Amino acid sequence: MDIKLAIFYILAAFTVWAAGVVVLGKNIVRAAVALIFSFCGVAGLYVLLEAEFLAAVQVLIYVGGITILLLFAIMLTSRIGAGTTRVINDQVVLSALVGAGLLFGLGYAVLRGIPALTGPPHLPETSPFLGRALLTTYALPFEVVSVLLLAGMVGAIVLARKE
Amino acid sequence: MVPLSHYLILSAILFSLGVFGALTRRNAVAILMSIELMLNAVNVSFVAFARYLPQTQLQGQVFAIFVIAIAAAEMAVALAIVLGLYRNFKTVNVDEINLMKW
Repeated sequence: MDIKLAIFYILAAFTVWAAGVVVLGKNIVRAAVALIFSFCGVAGLYVLLEAEFLAAVQVLIYVGGITILLLFAIMLTSRIGAGTTRVINDQVVLSALVGAGLLFGLGYAVLRGIPALTGPPHLPETSPFLGRALLTTYALPFEVVSVLLLAGMVGAIVLARKE
Repeated sequence: MVPLSHYLILSAILFSLGVFGALTRRNAVAILMSIELMLNAVNVSFVAFARYLPQTQLQGQVFAIFVIAIAAAEMAVALAIVLGLYRNFKTVNVDEINLMKW
């Protein structure tokens, strides 16, 4: 019982630390690598929440796909060795206020507005359930998302191509 | 068992960090990374609700799958736009890109 809580705290601290490096790190490549760690921490949280399929998808798509895409974009656009330039813009105080206010508001809403739910002791097996749900209840959104992905792919090729 | 509020507080912390990063970073790619953090934070609370709601039909996990798919499409288009920006302006610092036409 308590081991789950301990694992949660370790994963949460790891994820938040990595996210902090992403947001505050001076070196953009280090920020991208920290993003990988943050995604892995979130995947661990999914396992803790009995969402094994989503954990696998998280590792495949975020860690394996999106981060590699980001690293390619960094290598194509930034001078990596030049770490002396400013990474933070002039709105830092205002942004910190906005972030802290948002955190306070969300935390207040969570602590006051949401009842302590417990849920069923064990979820049914999720992967077959999700597959069936995506092809029956959510068939229309599924097809719309496929069209969106196709449009995004074509759009990315058109935008990135040299005229 | 971990209480639901722990997950939601963690999600709030990650989301606020993402907002802060998206508002302060100068590099456009770093802004995109902050946006990914925010999407991940939302996914954490979706999946937590999918686990903790009574008689759950796993709607939260289905939503999280759609969020991931849309994040992938968004990232591809956004990085193409960043490459186009770099080609035209020779920089990806968003506070130096202040012209819509030149």
